[in-house]
Amino acid sequence: MATKQKTKQKFSKDQWLAIGFLAPSILLILVFVYGFISWTGYVSLSNWNTIVPDFSFAGLKNYLYLFSDFRFQSDLRNMLFFTILFIGAVIILGLGLAILLDKKIKGESFFRNIFLFPMALSFVVTGVVWQWLLNPSTGVNNFLKTFGIEPLWYTDTNILAGFQWGQIEFGVPVAILSIVVASAWQMTGFALAMYLAGLRGIPEELREAARMDGASELQIYRKIILPQLRPITASVVIMMAHISLKIFDLIYAMTGPGANFVTDVPGLYMFETTFRGNYYAHGAAIAIIMLLAVAIFIVPYLWNNRRADS
Amino acid sequence: MTTPSHYFARLLKYFILIVLALFFLMPVYVILVTSLKPLDEISLSQMWALPTSIDFSSYVQAFEELGPNFLNSFYLAIPATLLSALLGAMNGYVLSKWKFKGSETLFTVILFGMFIPYQSILIPLIQFLDTIGLYNSILGLIFVHVVYGLPITTLMFRNFYANIPDEMLESARIDGAGFLGIFRHIILPLSITGFVVVAIWQFTNIWNEFLFAVTITQSDQQPVMVALQNLSGSQIVQWNVQMAGAFIAALPTLLVYMILGKYFVRGLLAGSVKG
Repeated sequence: MATKQKTKQKFSKDQWLAIGFLAPSILLILVFVYGFISWTGYVSLSNWNTIVPDFSFAGLKNYLYLFSDFRFQSDLRNMLFFTILFIGAVIILGLGLAILLDKKIKGESFFRNIFLFPMALSFVVTGVVWQWLLNPSTGVNNFLKTFGIEPLWYTDTNILAGFQWGQIEFGVPVAILSIVVASAWQMTGFALAMYLAGLRGIPEELREAARMDGASELQIYRKIILPQLRPITASVVIMMAHISLKIFDLIYAMTGPGANFVTDVPGLYMFETTFRGNYYAHGAAIAIIMLLAVAIFIVPYLWNNRRADS
Repeated sequence: MTTPSHYFARLLKYFILIVLALFFLMPVYVILVTSLKPLDEISLSQMWALPTSIDFSSYVQAFEELGPNFLNSFYLAIPATLLSALLGAMNGYVLSKWKFKGSETLFTVILFGMFIPYQSILIPLIQFLDTIGLYNSILGLIFVHVVYGLPITTLMFRNFYANIPDEMLESARIDGAGFLGIFRHIILPLSITGFVVVAIWQFTNIWNEFLFAVTITQSDQQPVMVALQNLSGSQIVQWNVQMAGAFIAALPTLLVYMILGKYFVRGLLAGSVKG
């Protein structure tokens, strides 16, 4: 009896220690993530649009201003098309390369290392280098000129398949494509690594069994492998979406907002309006809209993961 | 059974891989070729040509300009990496081995911090750092990276510790080891790989981070990425110096990747929530 009570007591002491271990981090997260988000939300509802803080209540004024603002409307268009094209490019390239590398290629690790190394670089380095590579008068373009193509890349102000929508022309800005090239160059390795791990995790027996049943290679991919990779695709989409929705440094280093804001994004606008223009309330409102855009993807995903774990 | 079509398919596979590999390496070639040229050989139309003579002067100039910031990045990344890894290990231990009612929810609450756009906390963060006197200091940046590194390091250690069998802990508990004893004598010795993976991941992220660095620090306190951006944003564009600067700024993380590539990839996979 006595010993039993003793172990019980000890267990609860340990349990308290565990919570004590975790407490500082929880406190930091509550203050610096949730507390600060709330504070930003509060600033976004204030009149603080000068150097001097002014926390008087402005209601939704800053939000209404943004949604009627040409620059912000352009940002939302760019963010939408950048996200779609970037995620599409990363998934197609990453999955394609993973399938190729999974086919017992000689020098597999050599190739894998080449496709993965940009992941070790910063977006600033990528931006600086691709700005040089895609400069309208440089080598890539000299090469393309021999085929009669003269792309302007990131200085192009055309909007593909555009139609007037309110103040902005709605369509894919050509200049965004150059950002997609640079960012896909950097992030494809991530999708490749994920898919390769996924492909290696599919038991060989599964393919063998399908082959025995007379399935063609193409059918095996369509009916067995791709469905098995679905959770990985979900993870890749989540990781890439949260990168693309908040992207700032790559574009800051590569093109800036661009003429007519063809390469502007909310992250860049937030930085410039807050820290260069001292429009803190506008900046805070942009930040809250960015957070909501990310949360739409992330919260259901995290919620599902949590349910799957417990 | 090598029929002609099999042979063709093999050829096509290697052809695609080689073309894409060349595309992925193209920037490296251009960085190296451009940075080794003297300024008078730099012109946009000649950027593919090899230099007629190798000239390291752009590296000398880039290092003169970036050197102090390069050191700043080390002063920032090393302590921030170590501290956030340590906190992550503690959290990961609790959240994988000492689960309690509501701990899964707490973990999700922590994890959300990994995905937030940092713009959404930046204004109060700067006000806060200013109030406690850490604005425009490397110490302030260290603090920021430790705090906002918590979600990812916690996630990585939690996934890592989940692979340590519970039976091991059970038997230690029967031998009389408690929460701290198990951590010190069982968990920590088994954590070396975990620490390597998390440290590589954090070092790379902190070294490469830009938004915090550019908003929290100025001039002589800036890490190398901000200095590189300033170098390329200046009025006179010296492409050879810029490319040399980009190479210097990228070198530490590239070396980490080349030497510890296996752990780097593990970090990538571990940081993708499901792992």
